[in-house]
Amino acid sequence: MQQIIYFFQKFKYFLFYLLLAFIAIALTLNNLNFHKSKYVNSANSITGGLYSKSSNISEYFSLKSENELLSIENTKLRNQLQKYKSINDSVIEKVIIDSSNFQQKYSFINAKIIKNDFTNPFNFITINRGKNNGVKHEMAVINSKGIIGITDNSKNKYARVQSILNKNSKINARLKNSFYFGTLTWDGKDYKIVQLLDIPRQAPIKVGDTIETGGKSTIFPEGIPIGTITKINIGNTADNKIDIKLFNDMSNLGYVYVIKSLDKIEIKSLENLVDE
Amino acid sequence: MNKTVYLILLFVFLLFLQIFVLNNINFLGYINPFLYIAFVFYFPLKENKFPILFFSFLLGLIIDFFSDSGGIHALSIITIAYLRLFFVRVFFKKLPSDYSFFNLQTEAFGKVFNYIVTLTIIHHFILFAFINFSFQNFTSVLTNTLFSSVFTLVLFFLANYIFTKEQ
Repeated sequence: MQQIIYFFQKFKYFLFYLLLAFIAIALTLNNLNFHKSKYVNSANSITGGLYSKSSNISEYFSLKSENELLSIENTKLRNQLQKYKSINDSVIEKVIIDSSNFQQKYSFINAKIIKNDFTNPFNFITINRGKNNGVKHEMAVINSKGIIGITDNSKNKYARVQSILNKNSKINARLKNSFYFGTLTWDGKDYKIVQLLDIPRQAPIKVGDTIETGGKSTIFPEGIPIGTITKINIGNTADNKIDIKLFNDMSNLGYVYVIKSLDKIEIKSLENLVDE
Repeated sequence: MNKTVYLILLFVFLLFLQIFVLNNINFLGYINPFLYIAFVFYFPLKENKFPILFFSFLLGLIIDFFSDSGGIHALSIITIAYLRLFFVRVFFKKLPSDYSFFNLQTEAFGKVFNYIVTLTIIHHFILFAFINFSFQNFTSVLTNTLFSSVFTLVLFFLANYIFTKEQ
């Protein structure tokens, strides 16, 4: 007994250090796990509140470019709308809209990025929408130029997004012209370049082709732009790696949309059926 | 000024400086200084390590909350907080009885330089090794450590020079 007390007396600082280090390492490991990152993150009300105050000030400096983006997006949407209007117009007598066949699959929530990282291998973004606004775990985040990430944790007013610039993120993506699909990952080096893996060898790819989301996951709708191919793997490695330059400048992001998939529960329950 | 008030102000100042200014510098795309470790350098020397370990852990953890890094900043700052007395003994040859009179400003610049550089490099190396979290890209850990350390050290010595000149 004497020996134990003496031991604690002698090494009390080191033991305290070990205790704190153990807590810190446990938090670090938790943070890297997509389904467990609950405790230390910037989505809680104090850090989120401070970040939203600071972004309220700094957003004035990017007002001009934000306005430009918004006007470009409005033009695009108006053009699309006109297309549908003309289609509708030409066949107006034959079409009977059946509401049960005309199902909405996705709904959009607008949000603002209040904190953005792009320099680490594991990057996270914080947005100013949370549970109160209907943002939940595992929802897609995009803007008018392309994809940004997936929400991984939501508190009452703020949510944290796992950016596509995170070594853990895996997103289903395909070629725009041929529908061969692969997995989009990031190697942690350059924030403008991401990697597309496991595209079949017979797929006709060349530099400059556009990549978009594949719609094989329940999170992203299909056809959201990602980027263009810049480098094709010429050697015969197993993963057939392709470098892709993102349309989005991940270092300069403002307003985004969070996509809520309305059919997610149904699709998941189908996929999880046990084989009989 | 009262020692406790001074430390609380230093804590809050370094925290907000790190979160809102230094984390957003991104010099050449990715180089950020981590000046908050100055808290460990300015914390008064004592035999009892519990206060410095606890407060530096708190500072690191709050910075982790803001930068979504789990517990990496906390881990690296408590490591240098724990090793501090050892390096004071190595570089300054101080006995525990000298601790209460110890002041970075009155020591020889060469010794202070060695002491600060050693602790800064240890801190930055642990930080970037855990941020990278794999054995791949090890060269990027080393280059990040080098560049960020230089940035932090330049800022620290500049600030140290500016704020102590009047005395």
